[in-house]
Amino acid sequence: MAGLVTTFGSGASTNSIKDMSDARCILAIGTNTTEAHPIIGMNMRKAVREGTRLIVANPLEIPLVRDADIWLQHRSGTDVVLLMGMMKVIVDEDLMDTAFIEERCENYDFFKDSLKNYPLSLVENITGVPGEKVAEAARLYATNSPAAIFYTMGITQHTHGTDNVIAVANLAMLTGNVGKPGSGVNPLRGQNNVQGACDVGALPNVYPGYQPVNNEDIKEKFESAWGARLNPTPGKTLTEIMPLAHEGKIKAMYLMGENPSLSDPDSTHVREALRRLDLFVVQDIFLSETAQLADVVLPATSFAEKDGTFTNTERRVQRVRKAIEPVGDSRPDWWITCQIARRMGASGFDFEHPSQIMEEIASVTPSYGGINYSRLEKEGLQWPCPTEEHPGTAILHTELFSRGKGHFVPLEYRPAAELPDDEYPLVLTTDRSLFQFHTGTMTRKVRGLNTFLSEELVAINPGDAEALGIDDGDKIQVISRRGEVTAKAGVTESTPPGTIAMTFHFAETPTNELTNPALDPVSKIPEFKVAAVRVQKIGRVAAKTA
Amino acid sequence: MDKITLTINGQEVKATRGMTVLEAAQSADIYVPTLCHYPDLEPYGGCRLCIVEIEKMRGLPTACTTPATDGMVVTTESSAIQQVRQTSLELILSTHPCDCLECHRRERCGPYDICLRHVAVTDRCVVCPANDNCELQQVADYIGVHELRIPRDTMPRTIDTSNPFFDLDRNRCILCARCVRACQEITGVGAIDMAYRGYGMKVATFGDMPLMDSICRSCGECMVRCPVGAITPKDTVLPEREVKTVCTYCGIGCSMYLGVKDDKVISVRGDEQGPANQGRLCVKGRFGIAEFVNHRERLTTPLIRKNGRLVKASWDEALDFIAGKLGKYRGDEVAVISSAKSTNEDNYVMQKLARAVLGTNNVDHCARL
Ligand code: SF4
Ligand code: SF4
Ligand code: SF4
Ligand code: SF4
Ligand code: FES
Repeated sequence: MAGLVTTFGSGASTNSIKDMSDARCILAIGTNTTEAHPIIGMNMRKAVREGTRLIVANPLEIPLVRDADIWLQHRSGTDVVLLMGMMKVIVDEDLMDTAFIEERCENYDFFKDSLKNYPLSLVENITGVPGEKVAEAARLYATNSPAAIFYTMGITQHTHGTDNVIAVANLAMLTGNVGKPGSGVNPLRGQNNVQGACDVGALPNVYPGYQPVNNEDIKEKFESAWGARLNPTPGKTLTEIMPLAHEGKIKAMYLMGENPSLSDPDSTHVREALRRLDLFVVQDIFLSETAQLADVVLPATSFAEKDGTFTNTERRVQRVRKAIEPVGDSRPDWWITCQIARRMGASGFDFEHPSQIMEEIASVTPSYGGINYSRLEKEGLQWPCPTEEHPGTAILHTELFSRGKGHFVPLEYRPAAELPDDEYPLVLTTDRSLFQFHTGTMTRKVRGLNTFLSEELVAINPGDAEALGIDDGDKIQVISRRGEVTAKAGVTESTPPGTIAMTFHFAETPTNELTNPALDPVSKIPEFKVAAVRVQKIGRVAAKTA
Repeated sequence: MDKITLTINGQEVKATRGMTVLEAAQSADIYVPTLCHYPDLEPYGGCRLCIVEIEKMRGLPTACTTPATDGMVVTTESSAIQQVRQTSLELILSTHPCDCLECHRRERCGPYDICLRHVAVTDRCVVCPANDNCELQQVADYIGVHELRIPRDTMPRTIDTSNPFFDLDRNRCILCARCVRACQEITGVGAIDMAYRGYGMKVATFGDMPLMDSICRSCGECMVRCPVGAITPKDTVLPEREVKTVCTYCGIGCSMYLGVKDDKVISVRGDEQGPANQGRLCVKGRFGIAEFVNHRERLTTPLIRKNGRLVKASWDEALDFIAGKLGKYRGDEVAVISSAKSTNEDNYVMQKLARAVLGTNNVDHCARL
């Protein structure tokens, strides 16, 4: 997100899901769209059938490759080089949108200068993609306007994830692909309400509406709105909090509906950290692997038992409605949190219905200013929606960028923090399955979904498998500098030589015990997509027939 | 938009250029029987039930494939039309277990009633998951069915029960190809096709493998478009009421209706007006919700750790315990982890608690992961 804030002034998806059908070209980079965002995957395939050109950039042969005009199989972690290489071609061949750059952007010359460090020969060397293919992709993207870019974790989960996002944004600005239907830069949000959680301030450095906590005026505004003295120091991110808990500097944690003991990198370390807490409160719908470590567990209702709103990946705030009564003695999350606050003697938590909370959100969050439950009853609204008369915003940056001018940023290639070596010769990258979700707390409770995929399958290239004497279905051990896990091997051409891919849906195979907690310096996102590992065969197990 | 006017059954109908004759008629609430037509699929023209008469056009064109033009004069009912419709319907019924369709007692027939016509139990509408919600029943009632003039083809056809969420019973299939077109046009997967010609024609995967061994993604888009009881969910309980909400899995935010019966979620239906999904859902949204919401492992009471074990506690006990302890720490000793699965309102009060009550900005959620 930080990358888009630097360049555009807002970290959110620029365009609407629906306007993809206007795109003449789509670049899907680092997203296994048909698996992780199935409906957008359907839209992409539909667009392709109707003539939209598709470029897929992914180290793995994801299902969407079959629909692509060009597949750039770059090495995991080399996105910046690939994208800068494409931009060099665009500038060299004079395919950029000069008018757009001059009118709407700044810092172009400085950026343009940095492109000379990316000749196609070097790009080919580092990414493994033939230079001519990179050039072809660059031409396809630059000459088929409007062109839209979609990405997910494949781009952000690197130590240089912020650079990756900046590279994507540079490419869009260079070709004038911002601010009109069918164009834009669209990060696809993984979980249903990532966008909303960020919007309403569940971040350490900003209040609701991305208003910085270290700005004196803003702090005063919230102090008077909330009737409390506020702390001017930005807080720690989740990935920084865990080590601090491990060191004993953070002593108490109140955690709602998350499963970091499976989802965080280097999860052995995380579990240790959680055990060391003096007070650990977990609020969830199931006794997750994380909740089992808690001192107090609070039963929350599922989404089907409560009223509220989610904000989707296109910034659309939509109503969640209570369908059934809370299961057992469970309670909605907001109710529980308000109870804790009230029992601590705090005022300002006397809400009786989520609609009143939304009123308060609207009063302190300019981009949500015009949003209320009676409007949402009729239809979802896309922020910014500053006033009750405002219809909401389908496309961002149409006339001005949120920050004023679009800001080009020159980039340097920084390799992944951990590269394969003799001892750990393979690259582990994480992937997702259509049939499971995140750490599986919900999906693994659904028997039908488990019939598709009920245990981890490590995707490994036939060449690598043969060299290690591994057959399809063999039980193998995957070992990194941080830990080891066991799983079955799934031998497949979809994984390139030298790379293995795993999901993190299964508690029995806690993949994130292997992954690297090294963080992107700006966004603090851990490097999930590249870790060095070695693989060895354990014993033969008969492949289960589904 | 380009407006046109046509006359249907003597009635003046305003339509938009680009509409088919069928769409124009439907927009004026004029019923034309259809089976292979589906609003979000390309026109197919397979069942020939939607035939109409159009002045200055020869023969009986199918309304679902004929573009409406300005000044067109259309008739949707005549004895010629009725005759052809009956023949087309008979053709469909000749491979369908259809005796119930001719029976005037159908509506009153219970699953355990003795059938006066000796229709096999498995062939009766009353045991079909589509009963009362079947387009073939509706069309047959409208057109009227008499004794078939062509011989019945009673050859049993294969049933595919391999998918964990829905079955494909080819005995009830009327070969309208809606499922095939949905899988092509809506999902872009193309897992199924109309295979073989003539009497052997059937819906099949590549190589005629069971669905589970095919590239099928289990989204159920074929199922929701099947007009009859050929593709049906494994559980078909009709909900008492439906509540519109948003999917809880990925960030697309598909709008959906949860079906409720006895205070349990029992079904999910895509919302055609949903701005992000236009009715579509993926396997997790369509089939992956009811079971986890009603799961027996749901936490139903607060738990407090006593002597190393988590034991049941009352809300008062749990909340007072937390409130008592949380106040003891300095701001930088506490962290609050909010959730990208919870609502905006839940997240808002979480960060407000951290900032305004606990005095810390150590608040985050898993967006980074
Ligand atoms: S599909 Fe089922 S309900 Fe419809 S006519 Fe056939 S048996 Fe009867
Ligand atoms: S479930 Fe989806 S993918 Fe499978 S056959 Fe039906 S439409 Fe195609
Ligand atoms: S299975 Fe249903 S939708 Fe598919 S062809 Fe048969 S009747 Fe039509
Ligand atoms: S139905 Fe599938 S695509 Fe739609 S929001 Fe749910 S998980 Fe995402
Ligand atoms: S609905 Fe027109 S031919 Fe079937």
